[in-house]
Amino acid sequence: MKNIMLRQIIIILLLCGLPGLTQAADLIADKSFGDDNEIIVTFSQAVDMEAAINPANYTVYEEPDPDIRLSVEAVSVADDLMSASLRFREPLNTSQPHVVAIANLSPDPEVVTTFTVAKPYIGYLLGILVSALLINNFVFTKYLGLCVFFGTSKRKDTAKGMGFTFTIVIVVSAIMSWFFYQFILKPFDLNFLQIVIFIGLVSLTVQAVDTILRKVNPDLFNAFGVYLVLVIANCVIIAVPLILADNEYNFFETFMLSLGAGGGFLLALYLMSSVRERIELANVPPTFKGVPIAFIVAGQFALAFLGFSGMQLF
Amino acid sequence: MATDKSNIQLITNGILNENPIFRLVLSMCPAVGISTTVMNGIMLGVAVLFVQVFSSVTISIFKNVIHPRIRIPTYTLTIATWVTVIDLLLAAYLPEAYGKMGIFVKLIVAFAIITMRLEMFACKESVQASFWDGIGMGLGFMFGMMAIGFVRELLGMGTLLGYDILGFQPLLFFVLHCAGFFVVGLMMAFFNYVEIIYKKTKQGA
Repeated sequence: MKNIMLRQIIIILLLCGLPGLTQAADLIADKSFGDDNEIIVTFSQAVDMEAAINPANYTVYEEPDPDIRLSVEAVSVADDLMSASLRFREPLNTSQPHVVAIANLSPDPEVVTTFTVAKPYIGYLLGILVSALLINNFVFTKYLGLCVFFGTSKRKDTAKGMGFTFTIVIVVSAIMSWFFYQFILKPFDLNFLQIVIFIGLVSLTVQAVDTILRKVNPDLFNAFGVYLVLVIANCVIIAVPLILADNEYNFFETFMLSLGAGGGFLLALYLMSSVRERIELANVPPTFKGVPIAFIVAGQFALAFLGFSGMQLF
Repeated sequence: MATDKSNIQLITNGILNENPIFRLVLSMCPAVGISTTVMNGIMLGVAVLFVQVFSSVTISIFKNVIHPRIRIPTYTLTIATWVTVIDLLLAAYLPEAYGKMGIFVKLIVAFAIITMRLEMFACKESVQASFWDGIGMGLGFMFGMMAIGFVRELLGMGTLLGYDILGFQPLLFFVLHCAGFFVVGLMMAFFNYVEIIYKKTKQGA
């Protein structure tokens, strides 16, 4: 008896709810970001010219801050009345989803057509990866992990070993940190324990990788085991969990960020070791021998990586 | 085992002979990353001094009950605890300076210099000696950061501690973050140069 009533209620709810839900989706066939300051909307049927061209009918804001309205400067509607292009005064921050509400568009004046414009999610994820790898490279543009960076970039073999070990440890520990942060620290309001928990997890991961590698693949352990101890002295490994906790990243974003951080470190180490192998053959003034010249080279790399700043790929 | 060095010697050792930044080449990340002004150097120096002194004393007090096999995790957790304390203190009482230093206060936990001092000094020596060694290392770090900050702020903005000294901006390049690498490298080369000259005059005399 109860079940039947429940079913009826659900069906009634669906019947009432569906038209409201489908209306917005029906009217809007496609939407996307155009230029820096443009949103393009495609309608599924011809719309009223008067309503569509009036900027006052549009309300646009970034999803996290509904209070900050972005002012639509001009709207141009295509001749067949099937699509419109919204121009804004300032460039849009396309990494955030934007909510667009259009009043007076549908035949029923009460209904406000609302939809969300966002970049494709896979592109957004790749954006995080490339950003951590190049644009915000942890070594050359965030200046983290420098102690280990200068210590292990003398030989290409060392650089590769350190880079791969580091990438494995950082991906595992970042994912574990994410689980701890989302399911233990946040629900129990223990945010002040972030540092202690994250550094503990990193030590644990290093110890676990050490033990597993020693048993499963002794050859690999002989090659990479020495770098495991150094991983813990690297600031990047603790910076990544702190960043993902600050930004409230989800699981996939966490994975991409940690992969990018590890890959970026590997890239930086490899570039640097290639240069330093050559410097050994060069005639360096005695005052610059060793660490000082390495710093100058790193500075030049940092200048080069500055060129990536502001780049947006996806 | 008691050290035969006096307290003054322990402090000067940290500042000159074993300066964390220029001599041991440890904790380079903040030296490059946020040494754009003298003030930043002082603030992070105070934070590191605090963590170093309190961790050294803590480990020194408990050195006899820590099993050698778990000493590294113990050090890490001790440091993490004191970093959490200074992190919350700075966030509560100096929010402006804390905002400028960003993530670096939390990253003190991964600074190699602190773990190294615990491993090499605090776990063997008396509480008093560890205290003075911690102060020496902290001050050495602070002076290193201030020296880099001095060069970068003076050459980049023409100011010191926010006061206008030169009246113009010689080279804005030094405020750029990547200039940190160049400044540190050139300063190290300069110290090497002084050392070479010093040795030459000593041999000649």
